[in-house]
Amino acid sequence: MSEKKKMRATIPEEEYMFPGTVDCQGCGAAYAMRLALKALGPKTMVVIPACCWSIIAGPFPTSALKMPIYHTAFETAAAVASGVKAGLSIREKEATVLAWAGDGGTFDIGVQSLSAAAERNEDFIYVCYDNEAYMNTGIQRSSATPWGAWTTTTPRKHPKDRPKKNMMEIMAAHRIPYAASATVGHPEDFVRKLKKAREIRGTRFFHVLATCPTGWRSPPELMLEVPRLAVETCVFPLYEIDNGVYSISKKPKEKLPVTEYLKVQGRFRHLTDQQIQYIQEHVDETWELLLKKEKLGRLF
Amino acid sequence: MSTVKVITGNHAASFGARDSRAEVIAAYPITPQTQIVELLSEFCADGTLKAKFIKVESEHSAMAACIGASAAGVRAYTATSAHGLALMHEMLHWAANGRHPVVMANVNRAMGPPWSIWTDQNDSLAQRDTGWLQFYCESNQEVYDTTMIAFKACEQVLLPGMLVLDAFILSHTYEPVEMPDQELIDEFLPPFDPPYKMDLDDARAFGALTTPEWYMELRYLIQEAHEKALVTVREVEKEFGETFGRYYGTLELYRCDDAEEVILIAGSTASTAKDAVDIMRKGGRKIGLARIKLFRPFPNEEIRDIASRVNKMIVIDRNVSFGNQGIFFNEIKASLYSAKNRPPVYGFVAGLGGRDMKIDDITGIVEQADTCDIEEILWWGVKL
Repeated sequence: MSEKKKMRATIPEEEYMFPGTVDCQGCGAAYAMRLALKALGPKTMVVIPACCWSIIAGPFPTSALKMPIYHTAFETAAAVASGVKAGLSIREKEATVLAWAGDGGTFDIGVQSLSAAAERNEDFIYVCYDNEAYMNTGIQRSSATPWGAWTTTTPRKHPKDRPKKNMMEIMAAHRIPYAASATVGHPEDFVRKLKKAREIRGTRFFHVLATCPTGWRSPPELMLEVPRLAVETCVFPLYEIDNGVYSISKKPKEKLPVTEYLKVQGRFRHLTDQQIQYIQEHVDETWELLLKKEKLGRLF
Repeated sequence: MSTVKVITGNHAASFGARDSRAEVIAAYPITPQTQIVELLSEFCADGTLKAKFIKVESEHSAMAACIGASAAGVRAYTATSAHGLALMHEMLHWAANGRHPVVMANVNRAMGPPWSIWTDQNDSLAQRDTGWLQFYCESNQEVYDTTMIAFKACEQVLLPGMLVLDAFILSHTYEPVEMPDQELIDEFLPPFDPPYKMDLDDARAFGALTTPEWYMELRYLIQEAHEKALVTVREVEKEFGETFGRYYGTLELYRCDDAEEVILIAGSTASTAKDAVDIMRKGGRKIGLARIKLFRPFPNEEIRDIASRVNKMIVIDRNVSFGNQGIFFNEIKASLYSAKNRPPVYGFVAGLGGRDMKIDDITGIVEQADTCDIEEILWWGVKL
């Protein structure tokens, strides 16, 4: 084989997560952590509030990770991470502090402490692995649940009737140095962004779409495929906001209709054609707005 | 050289945190605590104190950040009051159950509604079962001293500690406070070095899900640590006294040697009650006072000991457990159940929401206890 044809792995081979975790089959959240730690490397400390990862990380006396973990209360990831980083800086210890929370702990109960930490520009990476509902407690709706989705608290007769909260925009409004969206279906993109973020100081926010076959009623073997469809349909665009500059990481060559994404998930099974049309229109508008923002250059 | 400053109780708390060399402070403002954190932010800004001050958006986050800092291996401090303390409640459990020796000043303030900014003890006593050590202070000097006593004792037993001072009566009142030489303080209170911390070379998971197989053992260890804390606090107080010449004790006895009856009370009202004791003694009553300095762990043996030497105990509670009685009253009676000599114990609820507690109130309570039934729930001075 000639030198030219040699493939270079973009994802580090080192593993910082032990096998045998107790996640569901096809869990995007578990894969997201595995990728994140590969990208951030061994000098990382993890703060985990109540979420699926409180379980996945393993019960006492086991641990799924090779790095220190602090398990904390639901709404406190950003506040505890602020304290950990302050303590480490007093001790003059170098480490990337990674706050790792679900959508409930980020969009809902943890939004206050996260907003405050972002306003203070605390020096940590905050990853929200978004599975779009309270999955650990049994699929209850959160403010990250998309319009029209079934959950155990938004039954099919009255599915979610409000759009998903736009967390990226909320974080950008704090004028933090870096925010990025990612999915578990795009590992290279996620790893690249994390490596970039690792070198930036201040609050860095990641919004990661993490497949949840259990809650989305999608086949576990489609763990990678479902978020790829989310990107190809522009339901979940991949982009960065780097010091106020928007850049879209992946523009679909041919934007797929949202049905391609919706139809592989049982949580959208009840939707009528009219409702799907409404989703399509909303997705189109949001995508157009993002394209415009990208053209505007530095926004803050 | 020690220095003497005439300062408020709040500033005594700030100087206490400064001289204890707190390393991370996370706090949120609330009346009547604000001056504590204002002065601390000055100390951090001018470099007098080499600490990180995290200006959080709530008391809940204040405690969460202190916990994070403590987990990272540094000395953490905060201060709050009333509603702020109530908002922290979840994280108070987290600090104690996570074995983080965070120290906090709580300015005793009544809970709303209706809004009240004045003193009573329901805010701190409502946190009785969270696992925190609780120290009730009588003077500004004691607030200052107790900060370093609390850090030293708490770091030895790996439990958090709350020192409590009355709103306005201490928090905003100026008193002379002696501050020892920093070198002596550093000798008394060495740097915090916890056995377990967030460490890349010794990676551990803190607070991971624990099944019924081990949870109870972890709670038993906290109970054991509290029992040890009773001894530790006495040892630390003794060492503090030997070094700096001021002794407080866990249950301070005032004119109790020949006392036939004793008032039990906590906080700054003890000062007023001591004057009342002096006056009543002049009138011929053999009365003494026992001031509850340490509420958690509770000094049961000392309570039983004083009970065995008197004919009557009068407990004055600036708090109430609704549907039952004053909280100290209940605690003291529980303590005495297994005692051989149990004098009658009278409980009075008084001074809620900052209602003034004067010498006449104390003597009046003592006189009323002469004629009333121990079964009664006695509210002092209620205009209804």
